[in-house]
Amino acid sequence: MSRMVVNATVNGEPVEFLAGGGQSLLDALRDELRLTGSKEGCGTGDCGACSVIVDGRLVCACLMLAPEAEGTRIETIEGLADNGHLHPLQHQFLEQAALQCGFCTPGLLMASKALLDRNPDPTETEVRYWLAGNMCRCTGYDKVVRAVMDAAADLRQAEKPR
Amino acid sequence: MSDGNQGGVDLKVVGQRPIRPDGVDKVTGRAQFGADFHLPGMLTGRIKRSPYAHARIVSIDTRAAEKLPGVKAIVTSADFDAGAAGEVEAGESHAAMKEVAANCLAHGKVLYQGHAVAAVAATLPEIAAEALDLIEVTYEVLPHVIDVEEAMAADAPVLHDDMYTKGVTPKPGKASNVAAKHVMGRGDVAAAFKAAGVIVEGRYETAAVHQGYIEPHACVASWGADGQSTIWCSSQGQFLVRAMVAKILNMPLSDIKVIPAEIGGGFGGKTTVYLEPVALALSRKCGRPVKIVMSREEVFLASGPTSGAVMDVRLAARMDGKITGAEMTLKYQAGAFQGSPVNLGLMTAFACYDVEALALTGYDVVSNRPKVAAYRAPGAPMAAFAVESAIDDLALKLGMDPINLRLLNAVRDGAKTVYGATVRYSALVETLEAIKASPHYQTPVGKGQARGVAAGFWFNVGGESSAAVHVDEDGGVTVVSSNPDIGGSRASMAMMAAETLGLPIERVRCTVADTTSIGYSGSTGGSRVTFATGMAVVEAAQKVVADLKRRAAQTWECDIAMVEWKDGVATCTDPAKDVKPLSMKAIAGKTAKTGGPIAAEVSLNAQGAAAGFGVHVCDLEIDPETGRTTVIRYTAAQDVGRAIHPAYVEGQLQGGAAQGIGWALNEEYVYGKSGLLENASFLDYRMPVASDLPMIDTILIETKPNPRHPYGAKGVGEVPIVPPLAAVSNAVSRIVGKRMTSLPMSPAKVLAEMDK
Repeated sequence: MSRMVVNATVNGEPVEFLAGGGQSLLDALRDELRLTGSKEGCGTGDCGACSVIVDGRLVCACLMLAPEAEGTRIETIEGLADNGHLHPLQHQFLEQAALQCGFCTPGLLMASKALLDRNPDPTETEVRYWLAGNMCRCTGYDKVVRAVMDAAADLRQAEKPR
Repeated sequence: MSDGNQGGVDLKVVGQRPIRPDGVDKVTGRAQFGADFHLPGMLTGRIKRSPYAHARIVSIDTRAAEKLPGVKAIVTSADFDAGAAGEVEAGESHAAMKEVAANCLAHGKVLYQGHAVAAVAATLPEIAAEALDLIEVTYEVLPHVIDVEEAMAADAPVLHDDMYTKGVTPKPGKASNVAAKHVMGRGDVAAAFKAAGVIVEGRYETAAVHQGYIEPHACVASWGADGQSTIWCSSQGQFLVRAMVAKILNMPLSDIKVIPAEIGGGFGGKTTVYLEPVALALSRKCGRPVKIVMSREEVFLASGPTSGAVMDVRLAARMDGKITGAEMTLKYQAGAFQGSPVNLGLMTAFACYDVEALALTGYDVVSNRPKVAAYRAPGAPMAAFAVESAIDDLALKLGMDPINLRLLNAVRDGAKTVYGATVRYSALVETLEAIKASPHYQTPVGKGQARGVAAGFWFNVGGESSAAVHVDEDGGVTVVSSNPDIGGSRASMAMMAAETLGLPIERVRCTVADTTSIGYSGSTGGSRVTFATGMAVVEAAQKVVADLKRRAAQTWECDIAMVEWKDGVATCTDPAKDVKPLSMKAIAGKTAKTGGPIAAEVSLNAQGAAAGFGVHVCDLEIDPETGRTTVIRYTAAQDVGRAIHPAYVEGQLQGGAAQGIGWALNEEYVYGKSGLLENASFLDYRMPVASDLPMIDTILIETKPNPRHPYGAKGVGEVPIVPPLAAVSNAVSRIVGKRMTSLPMSPAKVLAEMDK
């Protein structure tokens, strides 16, 4: 089985890995780079547990081929905290108990970050529709939606000129 | 037992909302779930599955697959110990091991599409996949049966030649698909119906639904040359996995160490084994660690959904609304092997109500579907759907408010359940009153909308649990739990220990131990962990407090009765002694001089788990063009005893309600004529997503703390999935203008009813 060398930037660091032509980005992240924070819940792009941000776009890593990652900038859950300081989304998920089993949480956090990157002040409806591609079976989404909205407020507050 | 030892008034930690101890790992991607574990030399295992609903296995030829370079081992049911027998405690029920084994790898026959027939371990996933194609299985296809009532018919294809209906005398003359008949009841039902002022009746159906945990089943198994083996897996009970694997592979328990991974949801569906014995059998054959991870399709095809059901219910009542008698017949799908939760359906169906005369019959029926597994309050939601729909009919007939009707019939302490227990420490009445007084119920129903109400019950269980409390040398504490943390139980364990020890929560950490590092515990199931394992934690912490006081008394040379322990500090109450208080840290730092390390482990069999009651109210609207139902407002109230960590208790109510809404509106196993599942994916098996739901308001009823638990806890996890099916259906029925009797109420079904 021929494999190709892929060069990309993952969480700000240059990486090089070998990828099979049919291998998904998710498998490459998990098996080659051992970044197992991105999860496989379905492998068909329905559950969002593998959500990562590639060149600023939210994608299901299970639907992207690993060789397609050549030259891209990839953000995963492992890079969301900044030098050990939690992102406001991570902080609010913990404060509000917005996770139970925690399996969908990395995907939900990355999807939420992609939302707040482009819409710093989403309505509840906007949050719900943006996250409609991220299934959570434990929480009923109530606390997740609240955490995202409160994290958005935290980020807006932090952005305000003093 | 910890009877009556309740803090109550000045609790400092219990009832607060601290960040869970495992929180940071779970928001940073560090938490290791079942599929995240990796070992050097590890092989990939894959499973060959049946393409047919029902077939005899004529032969399995593995020769070509064995020759493929990179293939290291292949197993079939011949590699299991055929003598595997006996039963193992599994959540709310017992599992017959012979059948669990035959479900992991088919023996003689395949009984449903996706039934495992062989497994392979190879150096690369691609090689494993190729090897599966090279395994040649010759089948003799047999007639199949999917529908529960068709499976009960006299001319139905019989799945098991040796299945003679239990609970019927005399023993039936021939084998059938009815594994068991259960009968339960009391009083003179005929008389109740004869004297009734009003009678309502209906026939109800629910589809098989899957637990839908987002994490597929996954494990790594590694067999050692001396037989000592290790399994890493996500499950609802490391001890349960150990027991089942040991039985299936005929190994001593002490040769198997099961290390619990983080678990990505279970809801009862991970209280059995599918992969672990297969992975260990593969590892035993080739001496290398083997990892098997299910795909989502495999999860749908071959792991437990819960029963679809057909139910007939009839109520007799007086004109004032008092229910005097009821008849009910439940037919539950068991899947390919016996063991549907139909008996639990019978026990719970009328548990919310004080009904004098009851005649309840249940049938446990096998058919060519995956074997059902426990799903959150197993058996109860379907039965409650039928009963709560019938009660709604009664309210409509009598022109009564649905809450007032339920208040009139609600069980109160001292009432006898149909299964013989006495209702104690119950707060159903308070829960109904709370919904009645809620802002939601007090707000008029919106234009074009309708409101539904329903109640629900679950037993909750206690049982065997172990926990340890270790005092660290700096005065901090480590709690060792015996149960996988499925939804925040590390937080509640640490909180109860902190409360008992008088420490701030940040000084107490909690870990979940493997099978060699803590005493036995039953599974994370039955809503038992905060109650039973929590009781073990508190008793261990109490032992530690006693030890700390003893050491303070020894240091001060005073009577131990003169030592008071409060807020993590020992104080001498003897006025004759002029001594300074001793902190936890001070005592912990000098243990070498006072008797050695301070720690306690408690193993117990917790009794007195109080039942829980829930009442839900739901407002919704229906798009008349598409038939799509949208839930607009939802409130869930529940009798929780005392909430240890209220945010996680609210989360249980919200999550259970969401699952129940999915069950009511969209979720179902859809079979085609050939007996094959047509929707084995998240795209086609439609679980609720964020845009499908509103906020879910919660009301925690804490008026009746459970006196059998040191901090008053009742189980909370299962009750909330019981009421939603009927709460939603009762509202939909109002809009449609007729009783909706079949779940899910998919848009097509609703539209068809509206157009009739």
